[in-house]
Amino acid sequence: MSTPWKTGTDDDFVVRTTAWSAPGCHPVGCGVKLHIKDGKLVGVEGDEESPITHGRLCVRCLALDEYLYHPDRILYPMKRAKEDRGKDKFERITWDEAFDTIVDWVTKTREKYGYQGVAVMGGTGREATLFYPVLSYAVLQTPNCGTPLSGASCYGPRCTVTNYLMGAGYPEIDHAAYFPDRYDNPEFEVPEYIIIWGKTPLESNADGFFGHAITDMMKRGTKIITVDPRVTWLGSRAEYNLQVRPGTDAALGLAMINLIIEEDLYDHEFVENWTYGFDELKERVKEYTVERAADITWIPKEKIIAATRAFAKAKNASIQWGVAVDQMSNGLQMGQTILDLAALTGNIDNPGGITLAPKASLTGKWRYETIRWVNPELVQNRIGNDVYPANRSALTNLLADPYLEALETDQPYAVRLMWINSCNPYACPGAVPERWHDAFLRMDYVIVQEAFMTPAAMGLADLLLPVSTYPERDGIVLPHFGRNSPMVGAMNKVIAIGEAKSDFEICLTLGRRLNPEAWPWETVQEFLDFQLVPNAGFTFEELREKVYHQPHYEYYKYKKGLCRADREPGFETVTGLFELRSLQFEAWGDDPLPYFMEPQYSPNSTPELYEEFPLVLTTGGRKITSFHSEHRQIPSLREIDPWPIVQINPVDAEKYGIVDGGWVGIENQFGKCRQKAEVTPTIMPGVIHACHAWWYPEQDQTEPNQGGYKKSNINMLMPHFHVGPLYVGAPYKCLLCKVYPVQGLEE
Amino acid sequence: MSKQGLLIDYEYCSGCHSCEVACRKELGLSVGEWGIKIATIGPWQHDDESWEWNHIPIPTKLCDLCADRVAQGKKPACVHHCLAFCMEYGTVEELSKKMEEKGTKVFMVLP
Ligand code: SF4
Ligand code: SF4
Ligand code: SF4
Repeated sequence: MSTPWKTGTDDDFVVRTTAWSAPGCHPVGCGVKLHIKDGKLVGVEGDEESPITHGRLCVRCLALDEYLYHPDRILYPMKRAKEDRGKDKFERITWDEAFDTIVDWVTKTREKYGYQGVAVMGGTGREATLFYPVLSYAVLQTPNCGTPLSGASCYGPRCTVTNYLMGAGYPEIDHAAYFPDRYDNPEFEVPEYIIIWGKTPLESNADGFFGHAITDMMKRGTKIITVDPRVTWLGSRAEYNLQVRPGTDAALGLAMINLIIEEDLYDHEFVENWTYGFDELKERVKEYTVERAADITWIPKEKIIAATRAFAKAKNASIQWGVAVDQMSNGLQMGQTILDLAALTGNIDNPGGITLAPKASLTGKWRYETIRWVNPELVQNRIGNDVYPANRSALTNLLADPYLEALETDQPYAVRLMWINSCNPYACPGAVPERWHDAFLRMDYVIVQEAFMTPAAMGLADLLLPVSTYPERDGIVLPHFGRNSPMVGAMNKVIAIGEAKSDFEICLTLGRRLNPEAWPWETVQEFLDFQLVPNAGFTFEELREKVYHQPHYEYYKYKKGLCRADREPGFETVTGLFELRSLQFEAWGDDPLPYFMEPQYSPNSTPELYEEFPLVLTTGGRKITSFHSEHRQIPSLREIDPWPIVQINPVDAEKYGIVDGGWVGIENQFGKCRQKAEVTPTIMPGVIHACHAWWYPEQDQTEPNQGGYKKSNINMLMPHFHVGPLYVGAPYKCLLCKVYPVQGLEE
Repeated sequence: MSKQGLLIDYEYCSGCHSCEVACRKELGLSVGEWGIKIATIGPWQHDDESWEWNHIPIPTKLCDLCADRVAQGKKPACVHHCLAFCMEYGTVEELSKKMEEKGTKVFMVLP
């Protein structure tokens, strides 16, 4: 018998719930018990009955009280005159006035510029990830919905590869998360090896995966191979660390495939019955000998051979890929090689391999279906679609780079109302931060929907809408945004702080005014029931009672006719097979087979530039104390990681006069910033790693400082529009730079 | 009654800091005060290329082994929330036995 979801009295009670940012992270499904006394949060404890976490919590949820009651939170709707942008001159208003204002601005903008004169800019990971597309499509009926991330460099590329190679949702490590008895389930077998490729799962809990499931499985015998320019703590416990030169991963993948085929280590049954294009792939990879890969990637040849053999000979093995796949212009091909490695070794949909799931489900599916509320002609002619036709079918968002140019030039059409939803565009994801800042200032109206005062909120908002945190809202948590969800969790509203509303509540109220046909529900619960009852078979109230629901998982679905809509065996692809040779990539004008391409700026592609900028720059490895730019103002978390850190090998530190703990100037042909040095042998020589999304909430938030968003922002060094052949993938993880000692943070 | 302590399996302590923050909240401490804190050895590489990199959580004198929680039949806050599940609470006898079973990279601490 599980504990009731709510225990105690009316003014002193404990509620079991599921967490999802704000604050926190992606939808991981962590279970939390919140102790509320007299309307205030007085205790947070991990829920030991959570099938995902069994009571564990990371520091971000443990410091929940510091977030909820922080003075920088936005708790009421506020407005500010356009001429006061950047100044601390907000004035509290009512929600009624806020909604009236929005309707007025939207109407005026539409009259002058059409529906496409309105745009939405969304952030990652928070519940807003599900609702900003809905806000755009079903409420505002504009196709202009996107993020400021150049090259759609997060998650989308990985989903695109998976979609077209194997017709499935996100390929996650099988960590028995679908089973109530988890690792003890008789059908499950722990992976003998896991390759962690371009990811730090323990620190990031990214995408919908509880990172320490890795240590759980290591205790049960799993061995680790990492592919990363850094030896992470996990790497210190790994059997092999392949320290790869950033941006060259596809060359490694191709050589591993070659070796597996040459040494006949592949799974003949899987390859013969379930794949398409093996012979062509076999021909292609012949170019990529281990020697050549060692040369390109800077990984010793022996290590590549040993790790590849260990992986391929394992009874079962899994691979987890990270955002590194998305953050280089050769990323689609890198992703292709990784999935191919899993397919060639038969590690798909097997116990302890990679789990197969539908492409989308529940709210994760519905959000994209709401595109039907936008005029189809506007959708077809979305900014950037002419240059990148793949976007018409593959990506559902606007392309950030042409989006920025459109905001700057009013071409192909003018956008005049910008709605920034849980996004910190120029302090966090945006390459060329200053250009984004200036482009937003051109808008007639800027609405910012946020939980905290951020540089964008202070710098731009004419109207500021407060977003609730998870204890303040009802909802559901879907790990992997419904693309491979081993559970559905109830998010239970337990307190009200100020007048913050959830993203969905804002959509619902405004949707019923602007586009009532799309919004037949009167309450949040009615909507949740509309999602849950037909798809999962229970109501939200029923889910609330159980808190968590785990759907059944069936292995080897592709053999049983459970993957395709027509119920035939095979995969939901054009050929019905796992496509080692991608017909879709070919149709879009790219190579159907994986290939290697040097980063735009690298020791090999730009040797003269490399003389001036002699270090490879990689960025964005996560710390457990923050979710991108979130949490910088939370005392217990900032105390642990007070400064942005650039990691540099002792050999390079000595060469460039950098000392451990000293301030470092990082600079390249695009810009510069400052971070603090961590001199460490864990980063490979010749490469530095810099943290992302740093700003200083303790500094002056108003113009021109705006929380010092330029000072340590590594994206000051990122270029605009350096993307892959099918648009996706910008070089956030592979540029060149130089470093030099500086006196401190301030110039 | 025999003495109680904490067992730390530092083979798996990932340095996630959950013990530190969970403890701070349990004891009602302010920023700057710690009931337990991680010390880190390494990272450095041995001649055989293996890595020495260990996080070692050490309770401070503020640690009361979560007397209140234990009285309610709960585990100490650090043990409960440890992301790597690498801490255990128990009597010296129980923990000694577990240490012997684990064999390596483990210690017991009596705050
Ligand atoms: S990973 Fe951390 S922040 Fe995210 S839900 Fe779990 S405990 Fe909260
Ligand atoms: S046992 Fe309790 S008081 Fe002691 S370190 Fe752990 S959490 Fe803190
Ligand atoms: S909570 Fe556990 S894994 Fe995390 S630092 Fe403390 S002892 Fe280590």
